[in-house]
Amino acid sequence: MTRFAALAACLVFASTVHADDLASGFDDPALNQRYWSLIREIRCPLCQNESIADSSAPVAADLRREVRRMLAEGKSDDDIKDFLSSRYSDFVLYRPRVAPETYALWGGPIVLLIVGALVFWRVVRKRASQPLGEDDAS
Amino acid sequence: MLRYAIPLVLLALLGCLFYAGLSLRKKVDPSYVPSALLGRPMPEFELPTLADASARIGSRDIVGKVALVNVWGTWCVECRHEHAFLLRLAKSGMPVFGLNLKDDRPTAQRWLETLGNPYVTSAFDEDGRVALDWGVTAAPETFLIGRDGTILFKHISPLTGQVWQHDFLPLIRAQCGATEPGCPQLAPLTP
Repeated sequence: MTRFAALAACLVFASTVHADDLASGFDDPALNQRYWSLIREIRCPLCQNESIADSSAPVAADLRREVRRMLAEGKSDDDIKDFLSSRYSDFVLYRPRVAPETYALWGGPIVLLIVGALVFWRVVRKRASQPLGEDDAS
Repeated sequence: MLRYAIPLVLLALLGCLFYAGLSLRKKVDPSYVPSALLGRPMPEFELPTLADASARIGSRDIVGKVALVNVWGTWCVECRHEHAFLLRLAKSGMPVFGLNLKDDRPTAQRWLETLGNPYVTSAFDEDGRVALDWGVTAAPETFLIGRDGTILFKHISPLTGQVWQHDFLPLIRAQCGATEPGCPQLAPLTP
C-alpha cells in the first residue's frame, strides 16, 4: 500500500519535478557540475530506480538539499557519499564502492574475461594442431 | 560424456544462483531497502516537542528503556490507518515516542486531540533534518529501540498486529523480561 502510494505520488508529481529546488544549483560552474553528477549518481530511497535528480519524492528533495549544503561547505564527493550511505545504506549509491563485499561484482567480469580468453586460446591451439578438414570430426 | 556434463553442471549452478537471488531474498521484495542503522546506536537528536515549542525532547530521553519511535505526519494517509493500532499499543503499556515529520504544528496538535494521543512525547521535526539522520524515507516508519539505545528493528509502512507479533514482540522478549528496569510490562492488546 505504501509502495502503491509512493508510486502514485511519483506519477502524480512526475511532471512537476525540477519545480521545487533544482533551479538553485551553483553559480560556480565546477561546483554545479559536481552537484549534478552527484545527484545523478544517488538513488532515491523512496521512488526507486530514479536518481535523486529525477525524483520528486520529498525525501529526494531533502537529499538534494543536503548535497548542496555539504558542497557549499566544501565537503568532498566521498564525504557526501559516506554521509548518505551511512543513513540510507549503500543502496543509494548507483555506482557501488570497491569494497570486500563488492570485489566479486567489480572483479567478476575481469575473471570471466580471463577464463574466456584461456578457453579461446586452448580451442584455437587445439584446432591449429589438427590437420585441415577434420574440424568437425572430433 | 564430459563435454555434455560440464555445461549441464554449469546450467544447474546458474539455476541455483538465480533461484536464490529471486526467491530467498529477505521479504522477497525488490523494493526492500536495508536499513543502514540496524544494530547501531540511534542517531542523537534534540528537537522541540510538538505540544510545546519551548520544551525539548531528544535521544537522551529515550535511552534506557525499550521503546518505539514512530515517524508520522498529518499529511500521511497511511499514518491515519496506523493510528488506531498505535493507540492500542500504547494502552498495552508500550512506550511510543513520536517523530512528527514536516508538519504544521496546530494541525498536528489537533490530530492528536481528535484521534487520541498514543505518544509519550512527539518531537517536532519541521524541516525533516532529524528524520534524514534516521534514514527515514517516508512516513510511517517505526523503529524499535533497545534499552541501550541501539536500533533493533525498523518497519516501513503502517504497523499492524501481525507485524507486531511477528517482528517486534520476539525482539522485545529477547531483550528483557517484564520485571527488569526499562522493560515494558505489556498487557495483551485490546481488540
